[in-house]
Amino acid sequence: MTLLSASLGVRRGAFSLSADLDVAAGEVVALLGPNGAGKSTALRALAGLLSLDTGVITVDGVAWDVPASDVFVPARSRSVGVVFQDYLLFPHLSALENVAFGLRTRGVAARDARVAAASWLDRFGLGSFAVRRPGRLSGGQAQRVALARALAPHPRLLLLDEPLAALDAATRQEVRASLRHHLASPERATVVVTHDPLDAMVLADRIVVLEAGQVTQTGTPVEITRFPRTDYIARLVGLNLYRGVGAGHVVTLPNGATVTCADSIDGPAFVAFAPSSVALHRTRPDGSPRNLWPATVTGLERHGDNVRVRLDGDVPMAADVTTAGAAALSLTLGAQVWAAVKATETQAYPGEPD
Amino acid sequence: MTEVQRRRPVRTRAPVVLLVPALVGLAFLVLPLVGLIARTPWGSLGERLADPAVIAALRLSLFTATVATVVCLVLGVPLAWVLARVPFRGRRVVRALVTVPLVLPPVVGGVALFLALGRRGLVGAWLYEATGYSLPFTTTGVIVAEAFVAMPFLVISVEGALRAADTRYEEAAATLGAGGWMTFRRVTLPLVAPGVAAGSVLCWARALGEFGATITFAGNFPGRTQTMPLAVYLALETDPSAAIVLSLVLLVVCVAILALLRERWVGAL
Repeated sequence: MTLLSASLGVRRGAFSLSADLDVAAGEVVALLGPNGAGKSTALRALAGLLSLDTGVITVDGVAWDVPASDVFVPARSRSVGVVFQDYLLFPHLSALENVAFGLRTRGVAARDARVAAASWLDRFGLGSFAVRRPGRLSGGQAQRVALARALAPHPRLLLLDEPLAALDAATRQEVRASLRHHLASPERATVVVTHDPLDAMVLADRIVVLEAGQVTQTGTPVEITRFPRTDYIARLVGLNLYRGVGAGHVVTLPNGATVTCADSIDGPAFVAFAPSSVALHRTRPDGSPRNLWPATVTGLERHGDNVRVRLDGDVPMAADVTTAGAAALSLTLGAQVWAAVKATETQAYPGEPD
Repeated sequence: MTEVQRRRPVRTRAPVVLLVPALVGLAFLVLPLVGLIARTPWGSLGERLADPAVIAALRLSLFTATVATVVCLVLGVPLAWVLARVPFRGRRVVRALVTVPLVLPPVVGGVALFLALGRRGLVGAWLYEATGYSLPFTTTGVIVAEAFVAMPFLVISVEGALRAADTRYEEAAATLGAGGWMTFRRVTLPLVAPGVAAGSVLCWARALGEFGATITFAGNFPGRTQTMPLAVYLALETDPSAAIVLSLVLLVVCVAILALLRERWVGAL
């Protein structure tokens, strides 16, 4: 059952957001995109902190924002919970009072609100921090208090803005794992805004990719990682991605270069392969790699234990070689190399959405 | 072997061009206070302080300054909020109007108050006809004069605090279901509390020291409108050492209040 049904149209000067977003009850959807893609604008529109120019937001059949018929429900009257990027816990209130805030505003008696807030804090393992002010909580604790505060009034729509961005790396790992199971609940729809693909993949059932105000791809985390459709996603998931036209096992790129694939595909197609499946040679190798392209080294950087080599040529790509391999090949900027990729290492899939 | 180096803080060496005027400035501010203390008749201090006239003036001063500050809080904080949060045409003009009493000579303020609130004044005539009550030459008149002169201090201080405050907390409150008043009361006001406290102290101190507007609008009646500054001025003509004692009392009260509040709230001052 679709709980949130939104078609978001917002214009701000040169920027315009135009994105459709449907989230089912119990579903967690990640809105993934680079900075300036319009993610925060979308979140503010859903929260009611910003009104749509065009489109519609309905939650559980109730119209929240329909500019065409002059309907706008302000934030305070929406059944929405927001976890802000830097949490925005009220600094003058204790953790307990922060969590109780949304209950008090909705007319819950002080004592009942405190009891409910205390049980939320207990659920998040924060029972002993109830009296602390936010300034005396760690990043991970503050994050959980913020989540408890957003969830306490039982919102139909839960919004999280970069929920892990304010945490240090170690805490982020820990919270990422535990956050997932707090998010899903059949009573609500959840939207997580993030620029971190790992957050999106771990937290969400479905990812909506937003670039320059437009939805460029939608799918499960597996679909997105295996079959990226934009350069942005390909870079995020660490794949070389090409658009071309397939004929049998050969995909021809716009510049005439060809990639031979194990899959057979006809018509508009994407081809993707991992940097680790590229083999580099100083001289033209013998044997029979199907895909062999001359290339020039334009960049070298550490990538984990390996060296990531940026290559320019008919088929520009990133290639990963071991540090020893890079030394043996004496790779330097401007070096001429041959790049080989086995057909079985490539992934070809239709270029047009189904 | 490396020699263990003791870490020394790098001192900022102040240029003489700045240092000399700075010291002269400090002396200029402190010297009159030293003069006051040096000339205080310490021997007869106790008996002079017990003088009912002194006590009456002090009590009146503390009372009127405090009530004036409350009036300024009740009216000034909402005014500051409107100036800081509600965009409207002519906001800059209104902001300028609010600061007029700050630069206006207090005597002129007193005359203006008289013309507006006096028995024959713009509003005062109507008030007198309706109720038979007239503000000038009453204790209420003193409070009005002090509030008129002191309110800009509060408004400016609170508005500055409001403009500096992170409005996203107010958005967070809205997503939690809080309406405008609830947000103001439970989120905005606590966040700007230091600014409000600082403004109140400034406002109170200004009201306590008010002279020109008070004597013009409320006159100089012992026990009713004769506040400490008025008593000091009057005493200076007849009994200079009484004036010194009164001045010392004012000084002590001000310093005590400032010292008391500074630690706790008035970091913003």
